This record gives sequence, structure tokens and C-alpha cells, in this order.
Amino acid sequence: MLHFQRWKLILVATVVTLGLLYALPNLFPSSALQGVPTWLPHKQVNLGLDLQGGAHLLYQLDEKDLVEGWLNTIRGDVRETLRRGRIGYTDLAQNTATRSVSVKIREPGDMDKAFEELKKLAVPVGADVFGGFAGNDIEVERQGADSIRLTITDPGLTHRMTSAIQASIETIRRRVDAMGTTEPSIQREGRDRVLVQVPGVSDVERLKNLIGETGKLEFKLVDPAADALQVAETKQVPPGDELVYSTDDPPLPYVLKDQVLVSGQNLDDAQPGFDGQTGEPVVTFRFDAAGAKRFAKVTQENVGLPFAIVLDNKVISAPVIREPILGGTGQISGKFSVQEANDLSVLLRSGALPAKLSVIEERTVGASLGADSIESGKMAAYWGMALVVIFMFVAYGLFGLFANIAMLINVAIIFAVLSLMGATLTLPGIAGIVLVIGMAVDANVLINERIREEIRTGKSPFAAVEAGYKRALTTIIDSNVTTLIGVLVLFWMGSGPVRGFATTLTIGILASLFTAVTVTRLMVAYWLRWKRPQEIPI
Amino acid sequence: MFRGIQFVPPDTKIDFVGFRTITWIVSALLTVGPLLLVWTIGLNMGIDFQGGTLIEIQTKQSPADLGGIRSKVSNLGLGEVQIQEFGAPNAVLIRIASQPTEQEQQQSIAKVKEALGEDVEYRRVEIVGPTISGELIASGTLAVVVAMIGILIYVWFRFEWQFGVAAVASLVHDVTATIGLYSILQLEFNVSSIAAILTIIGYSLNDKVVIFDRVRENLRKYKRMPMVELLDLSINETLSRTVLTHVTTFLALLPFLFFGGEAIYGFALAMVFGIVLTCYSSIFVASPLQLILGMRRDAFSAAPASSKERGTAAARA
Repeated sequence: MLHFQRWKLILVATVVTLGLLYALPNLFPSSALQGVPTWLPHKQVNLGLDLQGGAHLLYQLDEKDLVEGWLNTIRGDVRETLRRGRIGYTDLAQNTATRSVSVKIREPGDMDKAFEELKKLAVPVGADVFGGFAGNDIEVERQGADSIRLTITDPGLTHRMTSAIQASIETIRRRVDAMGTTEPSIQREGRDRVLVQVPGVSDVERLKNLIGETGKLEFKLVDPAADALQVAETKQVPPGDELVYSTDDPPLPYVLKDQVLVSGQNLDDAQPGFDGQTGEPVVTFRFDAAGAKRFAKVTQENVGLPFAIVLDNKVISAPVIREPILGGTGQISGKFSVQEANDLSVLLRSGALPAKLSVIEERTVGASLGADSIESGKMAAYWGMALVVIFMFVAYGLFGLFANIAMLINVAIIFAVLSLMGATLTLPGIAGIVLVIGMAVDANVLINERIREEIRTGKSPFAAVEAGYKRALTTIIDSNVTTLIGVLVLFWMGSGPVRGFATTLTIGILASLFTAVTVTRLMVAYWLRWKRPQEIPI
Repeated sequence: MFRGIQFVPPDTKIDFVGFRTITWIVSALLTVGPLLLVWTIGLNMGIDFQGGTLIEIQTKQSPADLGGIRSKVSNLGLGEVQIQEFGAPNAVLIRIASQPTEQEQQQSIAKVKEALGEDVEYRRVEIVGPTISGELIASGTLAVVVAMIGILIYVWFRFEWQFGVAAVASLVHDVTATIGLYSILQLEFNVSSIAAILTIIGYSLNDKVVIFDRVRENLRKYKRMPMVELLDLSINETLSRTVLTHVTTFLALLPFLFFGGEAIYGFALAMVFGIVLTCYSSIFVASPLQLILGMRRDAFSAAPASSKERGTAAARA
């Protein structure tokens, strides 16, 4: 046990050196590391949001909204299909609760044809986990003699949900990036959630507004025949129209034609700018080819009439078309501040979210609280470490010193591994390191107690040390494995700070098996060979 | 050369198991008492498990005008509002009850910011919606149960079923007593409390395994020793280690109570309490439990020990 083969020696020395080397950058302020060549260790531990400040926002995709939007599309498709097939229909309706669209066919003779045509709307969705065919996204079925019902299937919804979440992540990323924050993390959580973590953000309300806005832009005509104020009062909206309010304070009512002339999907670009004449902040936009063509046609046909620019069902502005807009570019002015114009252009550029997202969990820490937490965490950790070091020396003398050196190496290895893995250090994580300090020396307590017992049985120093390490080992492994069970469960269920605690504890316990057993044994072995003591000072 | 101080003399012989009538009562009280506490005065559930909004602010003036803040926030019609000083005279913690929907939850924070104006710094904002709080309760409970089962299986596998049951029973004791601490001090019970409980479970077991290990060793070594004596011997032999380990972890974590800041105070307090508690339960709960569970020594002589272990046992015998 006390004789080390050369290769083992080299291995231990290498691990310890690398541990110290990779932990080293954490002792310097990050500014001092700018000049360090990249082949040298230069990575530092990532600080959790609780230590550096930032926002943790968990969004949930509104399934109902997604279904509603999809049913709207299906209804449009049904209308289009039947019209193209010259099939008469009535009672085209959608029902969110049953996730279905139903339609009545006028002529019984058209039923078969209608059914065949509508069946083409169903699209097979990706393979299931077993590689088999999962089914169609919508199920088309006959209802009685004259009705057809199209229902969204479970695999269809799951598929749509997955792609909606992916699209949301892309959109959110574009929006958050536009805020110029560093290293935001945007990831999917579970079936219908997106977790957004933005370190160091100060204006959380603005961030939330930017992310949470659906960003659905529509151009619609104002119905010139309707009296908006009267409609708002009586709530009697003319058929084919809708009542929409403006973003003004107080909101003004507008009666718009139901049909969307051009939508945000046709936007190519949007930029904040200033109006050439009034100098007020505006957003200039450019349509793609299809959008430009359609916009030109609409503006040609409606010169002199007002149209509305609608964002998320709110009218931003409703200018009158003075002349046909043929170039496919335009500007939106709506009494914006510079920042509002900027944010709106970001929103338009990033595209709309596929469905509404709502915040279901928010945890924001200000930078000053984070800095305070680092200070208090450091203070507590230094004190904890100092007390353990003193106590171990008082309890075991020289052997306590060995244990202390091993413990410090252990702490260095924790920092090295955290830095290399890109893991996150949180305030509970610091407490975890300190707990590991207590538990790492525990292995040495076990060993040293064993050595004491072996000495009492009259063994020689060499034999006592050897037996002490050997006997203590199974106990050390058993006790550490049981601790790890608890900690791994913690890692699995926890998030954020709690997970940071589990991470440092896991790394620390594993590293302690190496430092407390192997490293101290090496030190003790060399000391024994060097001093050849008659008795062990323990 | 300095040899270190032997805090526990090597020939210590305390009749721990002999106290068992007294310690059974104490342990039973520590296990059942907290349940009564939770039933009567309840737990101070944090927003993690209840949903709601938590805002930590720092005011420019010190001390903060708690009354003014209270009246401003209470008038917003957000339901139950709690205002308290938090660590420093100008630091204030505002807790707002859960709102019926996620949207209203979001609006509540905007309303508070509007009411308090620009003069305060928002150090921390936490909003937990009703969806998440339900999930956190479920996953927290599940985590504790899964950890217990995992430990039971491991100890059963490595030792005997009696050890496994004794370990889990004493862990239940540790968990309920810790929950009792949260209840009696009305410390906020939240996700980090679950973390504290899971860590105490892991830590406590670490300790019990060391004693079990010694009991197993002594069962092989002293084939005719009565069980009470054997348990006492095992506890006494490992006593020095038990005491030293608890002292080191205790010393390591103690500074967090004083310097760690408000954010981690509850967690640190539970951990420090857990360390002391674990020391008690290792000596007075887990080991004597084996008497009741009828630990049989023939389980070991008959058990197919690994060749390595058999070698050790033979060498010691």
C-alpha cells in the first residue's frame, strides 16, 4: 500500500498539477486574464445568476392559443378547398375545446367529393419513437349524412408544439441578442416551455416586453362605412368587420375589415429611423417580393382611404393612403420614443411568435445583490476553511496537516473541474464546497482514527499506516456512495442555485476520494521513508 | 512533535444503548412532535410552494419606511401582503400572495413598481406562478422519497436488510425533526429547504454507514458477545471519528450563519441543525434500532462474504 509504482506517482502528480493550474485563473480578476495566451488555462468559473445578477424567466407556450391559431388556418384551408372545388357549404365553424373544425355540405351529392378533397389537408407527422408511422396531424371524418369534421390529433398537436417551441426559441434568441446582452441561455424545458436566462440584465421589464410580445403584424383596411365610436358603444360590429382598439391612452376604437392585406410574414426588414419631416422616431420596413406586390395592389385600389397597422390586435397607427406604394417600403409612425421604435423594429425583424408565451416563473437578481452574495459567500467560506484547518491540526498534528494540504488540493480540483466543464457556481454551491471541505477531511478522520487503533494493537508505524488506509477504504467508499445518492437526486430534481449546490458537492465528493485517500497516502509514505520514525505522532 | 489532541480517549466506554429507554422517548418526540407542530402552527411556506411574488428592495433612506411601503402596497388590491425588514435596516422584503392567473401575477409586480416609484432599488424579484408551485411541491416530495428508496436499496445490498431499515427509519427521524425546526422557527420553507433536507439525508447516512460497518466487523470478530454490548462497543470504537467529523463539518458551515447573508441563512441554519441532529441519531437511533429489528449474527457467518472480506475477518479472528 505504501509503495507507489512510478507511473502511479506520475499520474497523481499530473492530476494535482493540472488541478492547481486550471484553478489558478479563478484567483485573478477577469480583466487580468485578457492578455493570457489561449494555450494557458484561462477559463474561470461561471457565476450563477444569483451571484452575478440577471434574469431567469420560464415561459410556457399557450396551448389554447396555438390550437386556436391552427384551427383558424384549417378553417381558411377548408374554405379555400371547397371554393376551389366549387362545393357549396354552410356552418363552417371551429371549436377549440374539441380541437376541431366542422362544416356542412349543401348538396348531399357533393359529400364524397368534399370528403376526398378535405382529406388531402391532413399531413402525416414525423415518425414516433419506434420509427413507425405516428399518424396524420388532422383526422378528417364524416359526421352524419351532410357534415365533415376535421380534428387535430394528439401526435399532430405534439408535433406542432415541438416546432412551435423551436420557432419560439429562434425568435426569442433574435430578440434577446438585439438587446446586446452577453451569453443569454435559451433552452427548451419539458414539452411546452422555454427557459430564458440572461445574466447581468438591468432592465428586466423591457426584456420581458420584448420576449413576451407575440409580434404579429397585420395591415388591414379601415371600414369607411362604420362609425367606430358608435360600434364601440353598441358592440354591434358589422359582418365581415372587427372592432380593434389602438395603443393610445385612452385607447381609440377602430372598425377594420376582417381580411388581412399583408402580414408580418412578408416583411424583409425593419429598422428604427427618424421621419424626414417631423423628426420623430419611426420604424421603416421593407416587404419581400410577394408582400410588395400585394401591398402595391392594395394601395392602388384604396387611394384616399385609411388603413391600419395592427400589432398583436392593437392598432399602432392608421394613416390614409395618399398614393399607391409601389416600392414595397414604408414607415410606421406612432408617437414612439427612440427606444420604443428600436424595440418595435427588433420585434418585426425577429418575426412573430407562433403562439402566446406567458411567464410562469421569474427570478431576477440585481447586480448589487449578486456582488453582496459573492462577498458574504467568500467571507463565510474562508472562515469555514480556516476553522477546519485549525481544528484538523489540533486534532491530528502532522497528519492533520497532510489532510489539510489534501483538502486544499480538493478545493482547487473543484474549481478546476467547474471551470473546465463550464459549470455554474451559485451561492448554495459555495456552501456545497464548504460542506465538501468538512466531508473531505472526514475521510482522513476515518483513516487517522484507524491508524490510532492499529497502533494500539502494537503494530509498527509502517504496518499501522498501511492497515489504517486499507481498513478505512471500504468504509470511506460506502459512506461517500450513500451521500452521493442523496446528492444525485438533488441534481436531478433541482434547478438553478440548487443544482449548483449538487454540482459542487458531487465533484467535491468524487475528488475527495482521490485527494483524501491517494494524495495523503503519498505524502505519508514519503514522510515515513524519509524520517523512518519509531512511532507515529498521531 | 505535536501529536494532536485526542478529544475522545481511546478507552471510552459509554453505555449508549443502555440509555435506550430515555432516548427512545426523545427520538419518538423528535419524530412525532414535528408532525403535531406542522399540523397546529404549520410551515411558513415560501413562494416556491405556494406561488406568489417576492420582492427584495433597498431604499435610499435608512431605516426604510416600512409603514409607508405597507400602505402603498396594501392599497393595490393584491390580496395578502407581507412586509418585513430583511437583513439590513434599509432592506425590505415584500411578499404578495399568489394571484389567480399567470397574467395577473405578472401585472402585480408592475403595479408594485409603479406604487413604490423610482426611489427604491430592486435587488431581487421572484415570481412563481400557480403551475410551477404545484410542480415544485410534487418534485420536492418525490425527490425525498426517491432518495430514501435509493439509500434503502444500497444499504440493503451492501449490508443486511436490518441495517437498511434502521438507516431509513433514522433518516425519517432526521427529516421530520428538521421539518419541525422549520415549523417552530417559522423559517421559510422553500426549494432550498428540500435541498437542505436531501443533504442532511446524505450526510446522516454517511455517518450511519461508518457505524454499521463497525457493527458488521465486530459481529464477525466477537461471535459470542451479546448484542447490546456489541453495539455499545461499535459505537464507542467509532465515537472519536463520529465526534470529530461532526465538529469539522459544523465548524465549516457555522460561518455561513454569521456571514452568509440573508439569502442563505435558512439553508445554513437547517444544515447546522442537521449536523447536530445527525450526530444524535447515529448514536441513539440507528444503532439501537438494530436491537429491535433482531439483527442475527448468523446472517453474517452464513453470508457468502467476498474472498477479500473473508480474508480480513479470518485475519482478525
